[in-house]
Amino acid sequence: MEAHDILSRLQERFGGAITGSNLENVDPWIEISPDALFEVCRYLRDDPELRFDFLNCISAVDYLQTDPKKAEKTTWQPHVEVLYHLSSLVHKHRLTLKVMLPRWKDGAQGQLPEVPSVSGLWRTAEWHEREVYDLGGVRFTGHPDLRRILCPEDWIGHPLRKDYQAPAEYHGIKAR
Amino acid sequence: MAIERTGLEWDEFDVRTDELVINMGPQHPSTHGVLRVLLRTDGEVVQQAEPHIGYLHRCAEKIGENVSARQWIPYTDRLDYLAAMNMNLGWALTVEKLLGLEVPEKGRHLRVIMAELNRIASHLVAAGTYGLDLGSFTPFMYCFREREKILNLFEEACGARLTYSYITVGGVMADLPAGWTDRCLAFLDQFEPVVDELHALLTSNAIFVRRAAGIGVLAPELAVSYGCSGPVLRASGVDWDLRRDGDPWYTRMYQGYDWDVIVQVNGRYPHDENYPQVPRAAVLGDCWHRFYVRMLEVVQSMRLVRQGIERYRTAAGSVGQPIKLSQKLPKGEVYLETEAPKGQMGFMVIGDDSAVPVRVRARSSSFCNLSVLSELCRGCLVADVPAILGSLDIVLGEIDR
Amino acid sequence: MAEWLKGYLDPPWLAYLAAALLQCAVLLAVVMTAVAAFNWMERKIAGRLQDRLGPTRVGGRFGWLQSVADGIKLLTKEDIIPAGADAMLFRLAPYLSFCTAFCVFVAIPFTDKWVALRLNAAVFFILAVAGLEVFGVILGGYSSGSKWSLLGAMREAAQVVSYEVPMALCVVVVVTVAGTMDLVAIGKMQSGWFWDWLVFHDPFTFLTFWIYSTCAVASVNRAPFDLPEAESELVAGFMTEYSGFRWSVFFMAEYGSMLAVSILAAILFFGGWNGPIPLAGLLGLTPQHGPVAGFLGELLGAINTLGKGILGVGVMMWLRWTLPRLRIDQVMTVCLKYCIPLAAAMFVGAALWTYAFPGGLILPARAAPTEPAFPLAAAAHNAGEQ
Repeated sequence: MEAHDILSRLQERFGGAITGSNLENVDPWIEISPDALFEVCRYLRDDPELRFDFLNCISAVDYLQTDPKKAEKTTWQPHVEVLYHLSSLVHKHRLTLKVMLPRWKDGAQGQLPEVPSVSGLWRTAEWHEREVYDLGGVRFTGHPDLRRILCPEDWIGHPLRKDYQAPAEYHGIKAR
Repeated sequence: MAIERTGLEWDEFDVRTDELVINMGPQHPSTHGVLRVLLRTDGEVVQQAEPHIGYLHRCAEKIGENVSARQWIPYTDRLDYLAAMNMNLGWALTVEKLLGLEVPEKGRHLRVIMAELNRIASHLVAAGTYGLDLGSFTPFMYCFREREKILNLFEEACGARLTYSYITVGGVMADLPAGWTDRCLAFLDQFEPVVDELHALLTSNAIFVRRAAGIGVLAPELAVSYGCSGPVLRASGVDWDLRRDGDPWYTRMYQGYDWDVIVQVNGRYPHDENYPQVPRAAVLGDCWHRFYVRMLEVVQSMRLVRQGIERYRTAAGSVGQPIKLSQKLPKGEVYLETEAPKGQMGFMVIGDDSAVPVRVRARSSSFCNLSVLSELCRGCLVADVPAILGSLDIVLGEIDR
Repeated sequence: MAEWLKGYLDPPWLAYLAAALLQCAVLLAVVMTAVAAFNWMERKIAGRLQDRLGPTRVGGRFGWLQSVADGIKLLTKEDIIPAGADAMLFRLAPYLSFCTAFCVFVAIPFTDKWVALRLNAAVFFILAVAGLEVFGVILGGYSSGSKWSLLGAMREAAQVVSYEVPMALCVVVVVTVAGTMDLVAIGKMQSGWFWDWLVFHDPFTFLTFWIYSTCAVASVNRAPFDLPEAESELVAGFMTEYSGFRWSVFFMAEYGSMLAVSILAAILFFGGWNGPIPLAGLLGLTPQHGPVAGFLGELLGAINTLGKGILGVGVMMWLRWTLPRLRIDQVMTVCLKYCIPLAAAMFVGAALWTYAFPGGLILPARAAPTEPAFPLAAAAHNAGEQ
């Protein structure tokens, strides 16, 4: 099924929850609002003609330009995007979902933005969401066991954020 | 019973005397890298097996945001270092998809040859180390002896034995030296009887069957839900191979090649009359089937290499030209998955009109394959944990990146 | 030997003591050399089976001195005792294994005259002492203070103790057929040509040999039954925390017991010091032709015994490098569900056979020799009676 068909189906069913799309991109993506994410994903997984039963990847992208000269030329506002790449083993089609989030929740530095967890739909999300939380700094509500997966348990900071500063030392080991 | 406090400090803690907490790793002969598996056992029976990863995290994705696309190729080598050609290929194809750059035909066939030879090498390591985990020392040496020959071929082609950085964005680094294809065909000819030897030593060995059949059975729905891919998924009976069903940018490489997807269809594997029969104790989705799928995939890869060499010899033109290091990536996002030996390896690149990407993402097959370990190990014996872990064929380089 | 020494040393107890020490020294020398040779043999066999050469540098083209180099390396290693280990038991454990493994050789005859201690219940003694080896292993695993070692020790205990039962049953089959527990007598019964060997005596002893070989491999913890030392799961099982000399003591105990069960099999089933053809008799190397000839005949017999033992050990090594290892519950299943019933069936069969064909089926059965085990004591007894 083509991306525009999927988009029109979703818009029909969920209306305002579909907040944007880009079908001209090499890999077309559809933007979902965070609150409706779980329901949209459930529909995508269970609808017999869509059957997106395979969650390939969840990633977080931090859009922030730390270089002030380049920041003037950017066309986007600083934000964090969480990307969901889905595919269907049955119908052999692929889809990308995006959720746009503020960099910090309610503008408060250090408070992680929140997205509902889809680990109830695809078990693989358990580990992917842990990684996004660990490195990208996005909290997944409803996740059964959200803790760091790659960094040590007591690590401070979320390394893949563009304004991340690596600590000077960790338990006595010099890091920089 | 009332405890009389006499001013001393009392520590109250729950002493469970029937549960043993054992740490397998991070240094352990059979965890295939620095992996820590926390086992809670009741004697010999495992109640819970929890993998802890991150010991090999080298911040590859963060580095990718600071180097140009071609400069990130050596970092892909070190993801799944046993199948570096496939990692290079995945990233190269992803960036080429973003750029809209098509590699000429000769280069595509060369890429098939390299990717499939590396698949053979990776599966040889998987088979050998799996035998080693179960106590068979000799097939391990035979597998590595054959793998040495493949590594020698790779060394002739690109100078490196393990981390090649050979397949790059735009094509390959350099064309093959003279006589390489003859040596490759000679290797394949002498390798075919070795596969039968390995079948005799492992696949149909009664003790091996007892250790692997019926152990760690993975149901197909669970496999799909956990994102398992590659031989792990196909051994559970799910007919899915990205070389046939994937993104057209990738499947175009394999167009016109004659090969079989190794998956059990209607109770039979393709051309299984040439190989040992499935033993009665083996259940679809168990360790034995995962091992068997890899052994049969080796033979299919040999077919692909032979066809690739033929086509490479008759193709005209160049093998492609690597892009300039300063080549700017256009605005856009691309996610592409390829069928690496261990499963589906996905790369994502987000470009923003500069040579350095905004975001680089590597989605590794072993990451998802390992996540199913806790499900598979529930209720098995401690001795089965290396058997199950070995059959999942993970490599920590790509899990931790 | 004690009697010979009595002629030179005055107090009789000194003669016996000197004899005992001398014999122990000779045995230790023989067995330690054998163990060193097995180390080399194992590495060469492993290498050749794995399509590579094995040691080729130390001591010439075939690496003859590799064992010596290994021994020197192990002796010079740092002696590490883990902090959580029970130090006294940790130190004691290897020696316990070692001593019991070597004590077995005291009762094993290399020829009918060359035996340190001729017991008329030699078989019983050997089985009993070999069973003590498991204490060293359990202590080693427990005292290491590591959960992995503990697991290895528990598995070892279960395995070795269980496999003693079918091993003893197999040995009892031979004792039933032979009518005596005296190993020297059993060996003498098989003198002659190779068809006189007990393994060809009746189909039951033939099958018993195969069951015995399985149980013997299991009771010395060799592959495919080497789970207690499973490298890939438990690092080295109960031996994980042992390094240097202490490890080499455990390792010598293992090779020593491998040789012991092989030689036991050789004596019980394959005629011991009697070769396939009665070469000593044909060449005239018997005591009737003078002491030198007698000595050479004995030497030939000893070479036979040792050779058969080494062949058995070589087969065990071959198995180790070819087969994967069984899981502990599969090991116990093989013991309890297959070996014990089969061994018991063999025992019943052999007993019925000797009852049905007391004179032997094809060849005349040999009666157990009636000479006493301790000739001097018997002579003294007889003298005392008169």
